[in-house]
Amino acid sequence: MNIVNFTPVSALTGGLLIGLSVALFFILNGRMIGISGIASNFLVSKNNRIENFLFLVGLILGPLIYNLILGKEINISISNSLILLIVGGTLVGFGTRLSSGCTSGHGISGISRFSLRSIIATITFMIVGILTVLITGIL
Amino acid sequence: MNKIVSLVCGIIFGIGLVISEMINPEKVLGFLNIFREWDPSLAFVMIGALIVSTPIFHLFKNKNKPIFSLNFFIPKNKQIDKKLIVGSIFFGSGWGLIGLCPGPAITSIALLNMSSAIFVISMFIGFYLASKVN
Repeated sequence: MNIVNFTPVSALTGGLLIGLSVALFFILNGRMIGISGIASNFLVSKNNRIENFLFLVGLILGPLIYNLILGKEINISISNSLILLIVGGTLVGFGTRLSSGCTSGHGISGISRFSLRSIIATITFMIVGILTVLITGIL
Repeated sequence: MNKIVSLVCGIIFGIGLVISEMINPEKVLGFLNIFREWDPSLAFVMIGALIVSTPIFHLFKNKNKPIFSLNFFIPKNKQIDKKLIVGSIFFGSGWGLIGLCPGPAITSIALLNMSSAIFVISMFIGFYLASKVN
């Protein structure tokens, strides 16, 4: 194994902001952030629908505000296979709701609470993610 | 106030995803590519988030109420069941396939990228299907 493209400072800085968002949301609104929960509740539930919607709008405004302030372009590189995108997106949507959490809900909010459930979920999706990358790399 | 907090927290979270580059699937797949060329950055994102959120949660969880709401809502489910494991396996495989999880996927809508839009629509279909199963 070689270590490549490692960016510890920007990773830690971005992580601190994500932690700040989770902490503020808890102290002020009383809820723990999980993006899959917020997004799917916005879709299927009337409870807190406006708050959930505004949070999602905020997420999308994030890159625009970053770009406005720093003037830096944001580049991403993503698969362009239609089938893979549909299969991947559906698996992520279905799986995160079946297990009631994603990287934020289990990985950050759940682990902050020392929830065993979330620790097990996080280890599981990380191992499966690693295996998936291993297998798709061989194919 | 709840609504303003939601919007502001969304913005902070979104900027965090941009600065940490977790909005870029390539960066996430680099983290999952542990057996070849490994980019450990995602671990540092989680450490950064947890060192803020963990102490704050434990300092405030026993307070009477949050500042702008009547009650704290803390998940009570402690069951390690089939749904948790199967759901995490589905999620992990989709995550490893594309390199997007729900937060970065929704945030990347801002970049008007066709691929991420298709992913997000599929993800919402997944949310809907799961709501019918649960």
